[in-house]
Amino acid sequence: MKLHLKIWRQRDAQSNGALVDYDLDGIDQHMSFLEMMDTLNGQLILNGDMPVEFDHDCREGICGSCGMMVNGQAHGPVAGLTVCQLHMREFKDGATIYVEPFRAAAFPLKRDLKIDRSAFDRIIQAGGFISASTGSAIEANNLPITHDMAESAFDSAACIGCGACVATCKNSSAALFTSAKVSHLVKLPQGKLEAEKRVIQMVGQMDVEGFGHCSNTEACEVKCPQGISVLNIAMMNWEFNKSSLLG
Amino acid sequence: MILNAKIPDGPLEDKWTTYKEKAKLVNPANRKKLNIIVVGTGLSGSSAAASLAELGYNIQSFCFQDSARRAHSVAAQGGVNAAKNYQNDGDSVYRMFYDTLKGGDFRSREANVYRLAECSLNLIDQAVAQGVPFAREYGGYLSNRSFGGVQVSRTFYARGQTGQQLLLGAYQALIRQVGIGKVKLHTRHEMLDLVLVDGKAKGIIVRNLDTGDIERFAADAVVIATGGFGKIYYLSTLAMGCNASAIWRAHKKGALMACPSWTQMHPTCLPQAGDYQSKLTLMSESLRNDGRIWVPKLKDEKRKANEIPEEERDYYLERRYPTFGNLAPRDISSRAAKERIDAGFGVGPLNNAVYLDFSKAIKEQGIDKIREKYKNLFSMYKKITDDDAYQAPMKISPAAHFSMGGLWVDYELMTTIPGLFAVGEANFADHGANRLGANSLLQASIDGYFILPYTLTNYLAGELKTEKITIKHRAFDIAEAEVNEQLQLLVNINGTKTADHFHKELGKLLYDKCGLSRTAKGLTEAIAGIELLSGKFYRELRVSGTEGEINAELEKAGRVADYLEMARLMCYDALTRNESCGAHFREEYQTPDGEALRNDKDFCFVSAWEWPGRGIEPILHPEPLVFEFIKLSVRSYS
Repeated sequence: MKLHLKIWRQRDAQSNGALVDYDLDGIDQHMSFLEMMDTLNGQLILNGDMPVEFDHDCREGICGSCGMMVNGQAHGPVAGLTVCQLHMREFKDGATIYVEPFRAAAFPLKRDLKIDRSAFDRIIQAGGFISASTGSAIEANNLPITHDMAESAFDSAACIGCGACVATCKNSSAALFTSAKVSHLVKLPQGKLEAEKRVIQMVGQMDVEGFGHCSNTEACEVKCPQGISVLNIAMMNWEFNKSSLLG
Repeated sequence: MILNAKIPDGPLEDKWTTYKEKAKLVNPANRKKLNIIVVGTGLSGSSAAASLAELGYNIQSFCFQDSARRAHSVAAQGGVNAAKNYQNDGDSVYRMFYDTLKGGDFRSREANVYRLAECSLNLIDQAVAQGVPFAREYGGYLSNRSFGGVQVSRTFYARGQTGQQLLLGAYQALIRQVGIGKVKLHTRHEMLDLVLVDGKAKGIIVRNLDTGDIERFAADAVVIATGGFGKIYYLSTLAMGCNASAIWRAHKKGALMACPSWTQMHPTCLPQAGDYQSKLTLMSESLRNDGRIWVPKLKDEKRKANEIPEEERDYYLERRYPTFGNLAPRDISSRAAKERIDAGFGVGPLNNAVYLDFSKAIKEQGIDKIREKYKNLFSMYKKITDDDAYQAPMKISPAAHFSMGGLWVDYELMTTIPGLFAVGEANFADHGANRLGANSLLQASIDGYFILPYTLTNYLAGELKTEKITIKHRAFDIAEAEVNEQLQLLVNINGTKTADHFHKELGKLLYDKCGLSRTAKGLTEAIAGIELLSGKFYRELRVSGTEGEINAELEKAGRVADYLEMARLMCYDALTRNESCGAHFREEYQTPDGEALRNDKDFCFVSAWEWPGRGIEPILHPEPLVFEFIKLSVRSYS
């Protein structure tokens, strides 16, 4: 395959960035998108240019490291996958492909496609956990949890923290990310004790970090590689209002 | 050097309890004065950092990723073992201990393995308390499944994402301590050297990957939790960033490396499709609960899998190992696949795979049940290969996966350097020559949550009165200068080939000569080949940019430089072990029907290696394995 790439290059957060054109030939349709980027980088290095910086690690869609806008869509045109799982067979020979970083005020750019998503860590830090220190746990089967509720908690817990929801949202809202953790924990009996404080603090942190508000366009769910449902956001709002009234 | 594993005296089942009762303690007021460095935030690193912080120590935690949640523990799919015996199927701590010891081909310590099985009970409790959403039965109780190498169901799981959920539990425990102020987290930092003062581990040198700055950190003890190094084979199931640099640099500072050639080749991975490929994705071993593995009986079979009638299929695992069938342990399954592929029965465009077939399970259990169990695995398979495994069998093949070897540690998980501990996959301790499925998440967690808090405390109790070392100490100057020198060396070569080029060459060589099967001749050739490749690397490498900026290529180059040295040691390790055991299969040592031939008389020891300096043959220090409680037997699964 031949490709015309237009890739966002930016030295650091202070510098101006721009789309730079690259032509690439000999791409195999079974390559993953990141293997295509590796091929480009290999050529750039040998030409004495700087390779395109991007985050990636597990390359099997679970670590949440990778993420870029491909033709304007987070993780590219196929629903339900991360960009490391996107394959070149999804593109036509001779296609022009735009590659840009996830953009949000709360995700400052580091270089090229590499961004700073530490705001997500700080949201979890604000209360996205159960305070169960090592050694204090009770026997696991003393706490039965219905099959369906365990499965539902898992559905929420499956978030990989990649940031596609934020990059897709026109308000750069982190509601889907935050609500997934709020819902995961509040669905489980062991997570209910801290539920009120948790939701208030996590939502508060979301605002501090500069993420926008959710205006229910549901675009985040469409581009979430794990298929995290917007019903989590409804649950977070319910929990938030309940906690605000009762607390 | 005489290695002392410091195994406590007494009956097997009392050893750990005895140790805990006698271990020294540190007064809570004094814990605040002690600093610990933990390198790595996977399951072992996060659980260690969180548990130690909960005790009151001050923790500095490091990872090279952009968040502590991304470490490759996240990718473990199938589950975590525990001897809860919830299924009433005859499981017990002793049985789990014996299964693990036998699975490892009797090349691990009895006391360590028993402790692993013993502590497994608490781990499930701990994880549930953290909110890990394990699979449940309709009655609300925890569900189990079966895994390779055992005949009971002791594996707890969260769909096909057990590692992710356990890691998030540990990450959340860690990040809670960050909020409290007991852990200072340094993401995008890579350890490049260990600092010793008077022979004790007292700090590390790291590179800030965002700025390129070289930074110093001092502490009273250092914990390495940087995982495995299967990525040394380039194509592996590991994440792109997985590396041996932290353990290798600790090794060069004096920590012995144990059994580095024991790499597990995982039998159920996606086969290689082309030269461009950057990794081989793992499909969970849990698939072997319901999938049947076969190849065509005819060589050069041209028909599609579904067109080949039942009687023309060779279910070779069921044929060779009728008791365990498709659930034979990983080393045996991988080798059996290689045997069929090498004999010319491989399937797929490159004839490098075998079939994993679900048609019988779908017929018996219904497609919905199979979907509930394996949905994410089937959809992952579809995403990568564009094939639908509900309709036709998957194509799988073995790939480099888990490092049973690693830094040598004693019963306290301390390396041969006082004050330097190694936990999780970074150490060698519990799996012997072959790890059983669903034991890696277990070992990583147990090391961090339940063992280190006792053993590190025992060490630190003796450190309270020693002089506090700061980063102004001369040892830091020397280590930092060495790190800078190596970075500049790599940047200045200015050759014509990328780090990936050398990594791929090294990987091919290792797969070929130090992979699923080895020979003395091949290993000797490999050692010479690695020397040659290493020479080329330092002449022809090209790294763009400088060391003073974000530079992923420089990170890669440093890791490949360490891999080249480590690969050489792996080959020496494999060459000197004149027996076949677990993942280490020497073609010279096999039974007439092709099974591994272990030699307990001469090789019932752990090979611990000392770094003698560049270009010199490594020095072997054997640690004899003493079996007091069980009798060594031939490891048969037939």
